[in-house]
Amino acid sequence: MRRVLAIALMTFTEAVRDRVLYTILVFALAMIGSSAVLVTISVGGEGRIVKDLGLACITLFGLFIAVFIGIRLVSREIERRTVLLLLSRPVGCGAFLVGKFIGLALTLLVNVGAMALGLVLLARMLEGEWTPPLLLAGGFAFLELTILTAFSILFATFSTPTLSTVFTLLVFVIGRLSRDLVAFASQFDSLSLHVTASAIYYTLPNLSRFTLGSLGAGGPLPSEATLLLTAAYGLGYLTAVLALATAIFQRRDFQ
Amino acid sequence: MDAIRCQGVCKDYRVGFWRRRVRILHDLELTVRAGETFGYLGPNGAGKTTTIKILLGLLHPTAGCAWLCGRDASRPEARAAAGYLPETPTFYDYLTGEEFLAFMARLAGLARSVAREQIPALLDRVGLSGAGSRQLRKYSKGMLQRIGMAQALLGNPALVILDEPMSGLDPIGRKEIRDIMVSLRKEGRTVFFSSHIIPDVEMLCDRVGILLGGRLARVGRLDELLGTEIDSVEVTLAGLPPEAAATDGALAPPLVQGDRVQLRLRAEAEVDALLRRTLAAGGRILSVVPHRRTLEEIFLAEVAERGRR
Ligand SMILES: Nc1ncnc2c1ncn2[C@@H]1O[C@H](COP(=O)(O)OP(=O)(O)O)[C@@H](O)[C@H]1O
Ligand SMILES: [Mg+2]
Repeated sequence: MRRVLAIALMTFTEAVRDRVLYTILVFALAMIGSSAVLVTISVGGEGRIVKDLGLACITLFGLFIAVFIGIRLVSREIERRTVLLLLSRPVGCGAFLVGKFIGLALTLLVNVGAMALGLVLLARMLEGEWTPPLLLAGGFAFLELTILTAFSILFATFSTPTLSTVFTLLVFVIGRLSRDLVAFASQFDSLSLHVTASAIYYTLPNLSRFTLGSLGAGGPLPSEATLLLTAAYGLGYLTAVLALATAIFQRRDFQ
Repeated sequence: MDAIRCQGVCKDYRVGFWRRRVRILHDLELTVRAGETFGYLGPNGAGKTTTIKILLGLLHPTAGCAWLCGRDASRPEARAAAGYLPETPTFYDYLTGEEFLAFMARLAGLARSVAREQIPALLDRVGLSGAGSRQLRKYSKGMLQRIGMAQALLGNPALVILDEPMSGLDPIGRKEIRDIMVSLRKEGRTVFFSSHIIPDVEMLCDRVGILLGGRLARVGRLDELLGTEIDSVEVTLAGLPPEAAATDGALAPPLVQGDRVQLRLRAEAEVDALLRRTLAAGGRILSVVPHRRTLEEIFLAEVAERGRR
C-alpha cells in the first residue's frame, strides 16, 4: 500500500508540474467566466443556464485532463522506460496501475473541485443564494471522469497515445449516448440492431447516469437510493476496468 | 544459494508484417553464485539486455525459468533483494535527484528514516552530493548514469544487476563506476553486469559469460578462460635484413617498418635462436614481450568461429 501511495503521489506531483494542466485549467475557468458574462448580457443573469453550462464545462475540461494528462503520464512511463525502474522493484503491475490511477484521480479532484467551487461562487453572485446540489453534481461529474481515467489507463497499457485518446473519447461519446442508442434501436425491429445496441449498453459504461438531470433548472434531486446505486455502479465499473488493465499489463513485455 | 539461475531460458520475438517468430535467446543455462562479480559479455544485439530483463521479470521467457536469489523471477517479491540499473536510463524530468531517490526508496520498501540516512550517503558515493536538489532534466548523461547507480544501490541489495553501466561515459566516469563495482565486491555483494567493452570485464570479474547470437558460448573463471601459460612472444629487432629474421616459428608474416622488424613467435625456444642469430648478424634487439591470451582474443576467436559455422 505504501508503494501504491508513493506512485500516486509521484503521479500527482508530475501532473501538477506539467504545464498542460495549467493551460487546461486556465482555459476552463476562462470559459466558465466568459459564459457567465455572455449569459448575463444576453438573457439578463439567468443563473440556471450558467449552472448547466458550468457543469458541462467541468465535464468537458475534466475530460481533457483525464484523457490528455492520463494517457500522457502512463504512456510516457512506458515509452521512456521509467516503468522498468518501477517494476524492477518489488512492485506488482496492479500496484503500479492503481497508483497511477489514484494520482490522476487526485489531480482531477483538485481541478474539478476548483472548478465546482468557482461555479458555486458564480451562481451565488448571480442568484444571491447558495446551491449545494451543484457540489453534488460536481461529485458525480468527478466519478464519471474517474471512470474515463480508468479507461485511458486501460488503453494506454496496450496501444499508442493517439489511439488511446481516440478510444477514450469514443467511450465518452458512446457512454453518454448508450441509453439513447438502445431507445433508438428499439424503434426498429431488427434483431441484430437490438443485440448490438444492448451489447454496447451493457459493456460500455452508461455515463448518462452520472449527469444529475436538470439540476440547473431547479429540478428535484434523484432519490438517495438512486444516488447511492449510481455511486456503487461507478466504483464497481472503475474497479473492473482497472482489473482488466492489470491483467493486460501483466502479460505485457517491457522493451 | 545461487544469486541468479537461468534454466533453459528461450525468448522469441515476433517481427515484421507477418509476425514471424525469431529466437533471440537459445536455451540459456546460467548460474551466478552469491558474492561473485559476473561479467556478461557480448557484442551489440547478442541478447544481454533481453536476458537481464527476463531476470527482472520485465520480459516473459518463451520457455524456461529464471530465479533471483532462489525466487521465481516472474514474481515481484523476487526483486526485493535486487537493484537494477537499466541500459541508457531515463528518469522523471521534473523530480530532483533527492526526490527521485526518496521515491525509489519508498518503492523498495525502505522505512523513511533509513531512506533519509541512505540518500545523502549514496549521492556522495556516486559523486553527486552537490546536485541532489537539482531537477533531473538538468543532469548530464554521466550524472544520470550515476543517479541510476545510486538508485540501484538503495536498500543495500545483495544482488546488483547493471546493464552496460559504463557505456557512454568518459574515462573518469568509467573509472568511478568501476571503483564502485570493486567496492561492491569487497562488501560481498553479487554483481551481474553486461558489457561489450572487454577491458572493463577483464579488470573486474571473477567469472565471465560470453554471449554470441543469443547462445552462451563460454562461461568460466577468467584465469580458466585465459590460461596462465605464455601464448606467444612478440620480438622487435632492428638493423637486420628481413630474410635473416625469417623463422619457422613465426605465427604471422613479419611486420617491417624502416629497419625495424616485428615478429610474433610461438615458443620460447625459437625466441632464443632468433635472438642469437640477430646478435650474430650485428642487429639490435629492441623488445621481447611475452603475450598471454586476452579475453579479446578468445572473444574474437569465438565470434570468428560462429561466423564460419
Ligand atoms: N521488441 C523486439 N522485437 C524484435 N526483436 C527485438 C526486440 N527487442 C530486441 N530485439 C532483438 O533482440 C536482439 C537482442 O537484443 P538485446 O538483448 O537488446 O541485445 P544486447 O543488449 O546484447 O545489445 C537484437 O538482435 C534485437 O534486434
Ligand atoms: Mg543491451
